Amino acid sequence: MQIQVNHSVREVPPDWRDESLLVVLREALGLTGTRFGCGAGQCGACTVLIDGQPRRACLMPVAALGAARVETIEGLAAPDGGLHPVQQAWLDQATPQCGYCQSGQIMATVALLRTHPSPTAADIDAALSGNLCRCGTQQRIRASVLRAAQATGSGQ
Amino acid sequence: MSTTNDSHAFETSRRGFMAGSGAALVVGFTLPSMGGRALAATDTAFTPNAWLRITPDNRVTVVCGSSEMGQGVLTAIPQLMAEELDADWATVGVEQAPVSQAFNNPAFGMQATGGSTTVRGHWDVMRNAGATARAMLVAAAAEQWKVPAGECRTEAGHVMHGSKKLSYGQLAEAASKQKAPEKVALKDPKDFKILGQRKARLDTAGKTNGSAKFGIDVNLPGMLVAVMARAPLPGVKVAKVDDTAAKAVKGVKQVITLPTGVAVLATGYWAAKKGRDALKVDWDFGDKAGLDSAKVTAMLTDGASKADAVALKAGDAGITPAKLVEATYEAPYLAHACMEPMNCTAWVKPDGVEIWAGTQSQGPVQGILSQVASVDPGKVKVNTMLLGGGFGRRFAPDFVIDATLLSKISGAPVKLVYTREDDMAAGFYRPASVAKFTGGLDAQGNAVLLKAGVGSPSIMAASGFMKIPESGVDSFAMEGINDHPYSVPNQLIAYGRREPGPNVWFWRSVGHSQNSFFMEGFIDEMAYAAGKDPFEFRRALMDKQPRYRQVLEVAAEKAGWGKPLPAGVFRGIAVVQSFGSYVAEVAEVSINADGTPKVHRVVAAVDCGMTVNPTIIERQVEGAIVYGLSAALYGRISLKDGRVEQGNFHDYPVLRHNEMPKVEVHIVKSTEKPGGIGEPGTPPVAPAVANAIFAATGKRLRSLPFDTSQLKKA
Repeated sequence: MQIQVNHSVREVPPDWRDESLLVVLREALGLTGTRFGCGAGQCGACTVLIDGQPRRACLMPVAALGAARVETIEGLAAPDGGLHPVQQAWLDQATPQCGYCQSGQIMATVALLRTHPSPTAADIDAALSGNLCRCGTQQRIRASVLRAAQATGSGQ
Repeated sequence: MSTTNDSHAFETSRRGFMAGSGAALVVGFTLPSMGGRALAATDTAFTPNAWLRITPDNRVTVVCGSSEMGQGVLTAIPQLMAEELDADWATVGVEQAPVSQAFNNPAFGMQATGGSTTVRGHWDVMRNAGATARAMLVAAAAEQWKVPAGECRTEAGHVMHGSKKLSYGQLAEAASKQKAPEKVALKDPKDFKILGQRKARLDTAGKTNGSAKFGIDVNLPGMLVAVMARAPLPGVKVAKVDDTAAKAVKGVKQVITLPTGVAVLATGYWAAKKGRDALKVDWDFGDKAGLDSAKVTAMLTDGASKADAVALKAGDAGITPAKLVEATYEAPYLAHACMEPMNCTAWVKPDGVEIWAGTQSQGPVQGILSQVASVDPGKVKVNTMLLGGGFGRRFAPDFVIDATLLSKISGAPVKLVYTREDDMAAGFYRPASVAKFTGGLDAQGNAVLLKAGVGSPSIMAASGFMKIPESGVDSFAMEGINDHPYSVPNQLIAYGRREPGPNVWFWRSVGHSQNSFFMEGFIDEMAYAAGKDPFEFRRALMDKQPRYRQVLEVAAEKAGWGKPLPAGVFRGIAVVQSFGSYVAEVAEVSINADGTPKVHRVVAAVDCGMTVNPTIIERQVEGAIVYGLSAALYGRISLKDGRVEQGNFHDYPVLRHNEMPKVEVHIVKSTEKPGGIGEPGTPPVAPAVANAIFAATGKRLRSLPFDTSQLKKA
């Protein structure tokens, strides 16, 4: 079994084919940037993009992926290390505290800005309200989303 | 040893380097998330103490003994050092320290992070260390130039004399041969260039590109992953285990019964989880059988009514005032619900123990594990990983002990992960508490009497490292009530300890988390009973408390207290000192038709003394407000038939993006010594919101979380 992750094709070892995408990413492929928070699709820490759509990797059987393309936090920066505008906005706003939920918040924002380049407050609420943060960075995340939208809109 | 990870190299490099004095061997541990700022030591490194290393390439590496759980210690500690060192901030990096007495938190006398003590505890010691290193660098330059050291000056990582200039890197080797001065002068705070500045955190890059390594990311060759069915309450024992189905799960290797539950060890998390779900465990509930929340409330109410351990006594509490105000308040047990589930990787080898964990208490843990594994404490190596939230929960050693036992018994390296449900349902909780208040007003509406009885379990007794003093008063159960700022001539405040059963523990802001809600709610009730404005009533009682009074006034002014609000929006105010910092908050609230409160804005004024990093302070206060608001709106751990009823975020909800109010943080300028900042923003928010709800509806909410059914519009 093979899956497409971050522009490369990865082999899923036989022992891992009955697993969720989250376990395969973290334990079989070593992509630990996608976080395990609740195991029940309730916290959003494991948000990845599947064919561009934000999905909970903990609920996604790896076997169901087929040819779908998976994007994780590790694949956001350009090959030369240049940061994605969303990552840059998170840095500029000094958003992360413990940082554990932020991969999921960032991936959900990447998906949002692809479909809503100039999101309204309601768009942000709809896109991110399933992504929990216990440190209380919500206000900074909102500011980061708007900053990233601005950067993207200005041609970055 | 390095862990394998095919997308990002995660190397726990171990390299010894000698301290400048030639005394202690200090072992460094490089966190990978510092954007590559931390560099390897060389023989020519200048390491005047355990916390600092300067290398010939001009890198200044600060070794931080405190745990990073989001509160910014990996930046604040280097700022303290860099200020007195006169370092060039761009060259400063940070490493996580190993466990060693050299890294004891001076506030605790042990290596541990909590109680908002990191900056307070290290304020003097780190600055002294920086100033000492600076003096040695200056001495090295002066010797080389054959000029008096007193004629040299330092700036941004250089020593200068006239037109001569050498970088700290160039001086590192020579400085390491200098004798440390016995006494150094510290800067006048008005000359600070790095302290008080909005320096960017040193740990952000890894938290935005996925490379930050938390405990749960550790992966060792041959490691087994364990998931446990944990005993629902302390004292509940495993009566019988049927592990037939669990052992049949593909990947499951072993099932081990510990005093705290039954663990399934497997090749990976999901196999272990499937195995855990397939276990059939019969529990012997003993005297916990049938425990429920109603019984807890009855016990605590009895404690509050009969409270006799006197925490504060003033004047004559037996007076008969013109007007009496009476109220009973209640708060439930709360889980911390850190985003990263509790976990620890342990490897018990013949010659010692090594663990990798996001722990707040690596010092105590070293001692505990030496007993668990029957080895000398020096043979216990603790690798402190990043913490995916702490809030006090990771001060508890339960997950570290369980992981070590499982490695000891299985002989394999074991990563133990508590499922969200097993952590939530068999956790360490903020104590439930009941407080009964009696207040008295004279004919003019002046407060003349305050009596309070508090029924609550004891964190001191539960902690394992503290004892309830002779007075019988657990200060954690009373803080926020017996240390209130109000001038009331006659007072009697007492504690009645009751122990319903669940583990109680430190939870962000500890006793203040419930007691400030009680106290600031009740003072609001007294203000209304006196017919006075709640802000003015408080201010008038704070004549001897200038720092309380200032934050109260600043918060009121910034929030526009007394000025018109949009229709349906009302204000509430509260002020609390905790952990040496003073915080007042004004909440603006409206009530939706279904009775749920909508918090529009929270304005906070903070006096935390001299500041290290205003950006981190603002973020901490914002976050503390969210934490307190989640608890006020939703937080409740309830019990039924000897079990906790909550398991995951569906029945233990926390604040979501769409509910986030606008939060403004105003830092009051202060020349006082620093106070804590991780916790003090939490206590005022619940009472500020409850007081706004009263202003909006006339309904006084005296229990947490808020019972919104009382607020439903007819």
